[in-house]
Amino acid sequence: MSSHVREITFKEAVGEAMAQEMDRDSRVFLMGEDLQVFYGGGPMGVTPAERFVRKFGPERVRDTPISEAAFIGAGVGAAVCGMKPIVELMFVDFFGVAMDQIYNQAGKLRYMFGGQGKVPMVLRTTIGAGFSFAAHHSQCLYSIFMHVPGLKVVLPSTPYDAKGLLISAIRDDDPVIFLEHKGLYPTKGSVPEAEYTIPFGQAEIKRKGNDVTIVATAMMLQKSLKAAKQLEAEGIDVEIVDPRTLVPLDKKTILDSVRRTSRLVIVDEDYERCGFASEVSAIVADEGFDILDGPIKRVSTPTVPIPFAPVLEKTVIPNEERIIETVKDVVGDK
Amino acid sequence: MDRTEVEVGVLQIYSASKERPTVTLSLSKDKLLEMYKKMVTIRTFERKVNELFTSGILVGDLHLCIGQEAVSVGVCSNLRNTDTINVSHRGHGHCIAKGVDLNRMMAEFFGKRNGICKGKGGSMHIADMSVGMLGASGIVGAGIPHAVGAALAFKMRKTDQVAVAFFGDGATNQGVFHESVNLAAIWNLPVVFVCENNQYAESTPVSAAMLVKNVADRAVAYGIPGVVVDGMDVITVYEAANDVVKRAREGKGPTLLECKTYRYEGHEIGDPWETYRSKEEVENWKKRDPIANLRQKLIDDKLAIPEEMEALEKDVVGLIDSAVEFAKESPSPEPKEAFEDVFVSPYY
Repeated sequence: MSSHVREITFKEAVGEAMAQEMDRDSRVFLMGEDLQVFYGGGPMGVTPAERFVRKFGPERVRDTPISEAAFIGAGVGAAVCGMKPIVELMFVDFFGVAMDQIYNQAGKLRYMFGGQGKVPMVLRTTIGAGFSFAAHHSQCLYSIFMHVPGLKVVLPSTPYDAKGLLISAIRDDDPVIFLEHKGLYPTKGSVPEAEYTIPFGQAEIKRKGNDVTIVATAMMLQKSLKAAKQLEAEGIDVEIVDPRTLVPLDKKTILDSVRRTSRLVIVDEDYERCGFASEVSAIVADEGFDILDGPIKRVSTPTVPIPFAPVLEKTVIPNEERIIETVKDVVGDK
Repeated sequence: MDRTEVEVGVLQIYSASKERPTVTLSLSKDKLLEMYKKMVTIRTFERKVNELFTSGILVGDLHLCIGQEAVSVGVCSNLRNTDTINVSHRGHGHCIAKGVDLNRMMAEFFGKRNGICKGKGGSMHIADMSVGMLGASGIVGAGIPHAVGAALAFKMRKTDQVAVAFFGDGATNQGVFHESVNLAAIWNLPVVFVCENNQYAESTPVSAAMLVKNVADRAVAYGIPGVVVDGMDVITVYEAANDVVKRAREGKGPTLLECKTYRYEGHEIGDPWETYRSKEEVENWKKRDPIANLRQKLIDDKLAIPEEMEALEKDVVGLIDSAVEFAKESPSPEPKEAFEDVFVSPYY
């Protein structure tokens, strides 16, 4: 494998991680709805037929009936018996029909049985708004997986992170929820062709700055980078921290950044109430009260169902304008 | 006994009848005595934990399977150590039938550190992976897809292992039961779905929860064989399970095996079962007791003498008493252990 670095899309990076791990480890297999040939391979085209079903065969690229509870549960059973399933849940919004298998079974099995058994399963799913898919196909919901014990929660924001984190997820011995923002699929970035891993629990500072810390994930990271450019023109120097994994969460990098800037804004596409942003706020208020020079602010999706009409959807999903406004508000306290 | 080749979509009825041969070809005296001893062990174990719970020594929630012993023993006697089972919340019998160590099982009920799950699971969430007991579940029906996944792993790795899912009649009204049976059917997986129809889902009789006469009738909807057996007769269960386990092992696919049985006790210890079923009904089922009937048969068929049976029963009482002693003497977990085993990784 060459160490050649190319510009590829987020979608290609995800597919490449899986294909390379399937080559490397015969225990790795895919299971989910419409993975083989639909849209050229996968409901989002992440598993192109020539790279997956034609190469690895239908035994390892399994199309399932629309039975999420059964195939996620089967993933748990197969993982306990030595396989490494990558199970695809088409949209995170569908987890409701299978949540027992995710949080009561995958997340608790090892603990309940006193450390017997491992569940090395990756549950890949898509998140995010911006397509007028409305209330049942636009949510993020990762905060729910953070709330319950036993699940690792991974949320990449760039093609490079997507590949490295997914390879780590596949090699991990615990159940991992791997969340792919639909809006990130076409975005491009530099990705080495060779395999590499990114350890869980290591945030990355995606932009250095001195005046205010933004913690942002997935699509919100991209929006925050754009907002930071505009703020720079107005003389506000923003630092942006991308946690990359929500469980485990790299509290240290977040607190170290706030120690330098004394201001914190969390930009989070999930619902505001009891969300990821609330959790980061609580951690920094609790462990970093003395290093703050102003209130912590959240830029999140208000806790209403995601509406259909573009004008309504735009109203609720955080955008650059809200990020800029909130940062100015926080920095204005200085 | 009516036995014909199991075919897809055909409902087979296996029942204990007077015409059944005295000793069937596959069951030696040793095998019969072994199954008898397992059933007696299950009942003695459960009577003991019932007594310990009622006297306040054990805590939590216990679901007894007294009356249903023939099912777990009849099925598991066909399994190898490398075959797997997933069971419901009423899983003590299956643990013992699959060979879980009695001392460590009892220590788990006592919440001790050397309990089989280090005191983390208790009666309702018990597992012993070393003997292929993949776990009980407090969520009705939740273990069924795990057995499908185990069978998928066996098929993909080309082993000849078989996975068995045990569940009650109530679980067959869960969506995940139907999804799982269908998935196993279309993928032709080596799994046996064993429904222990004990006539009640908690207090709700089967007749109030489904219109079909047999749970096994539901197999037709998934294109797999459904088999109904007298779950009060361990030999009948053994023979039926022998067929369907063999079928799975040979790559011929899953079967839904329904064992008609009865729990003598309530849904859980302390449940006022007289409010939803009559004493006469319970007494009638007790006349078909799997343990008493096998004991009588062994004596009638001159396969064992009463003294031999009594010695065996006494031996079992000794095993259970030592298990209780072991559990009582075992150390409690340290408080810090509450934070261990959430992940394979060290953090939680």
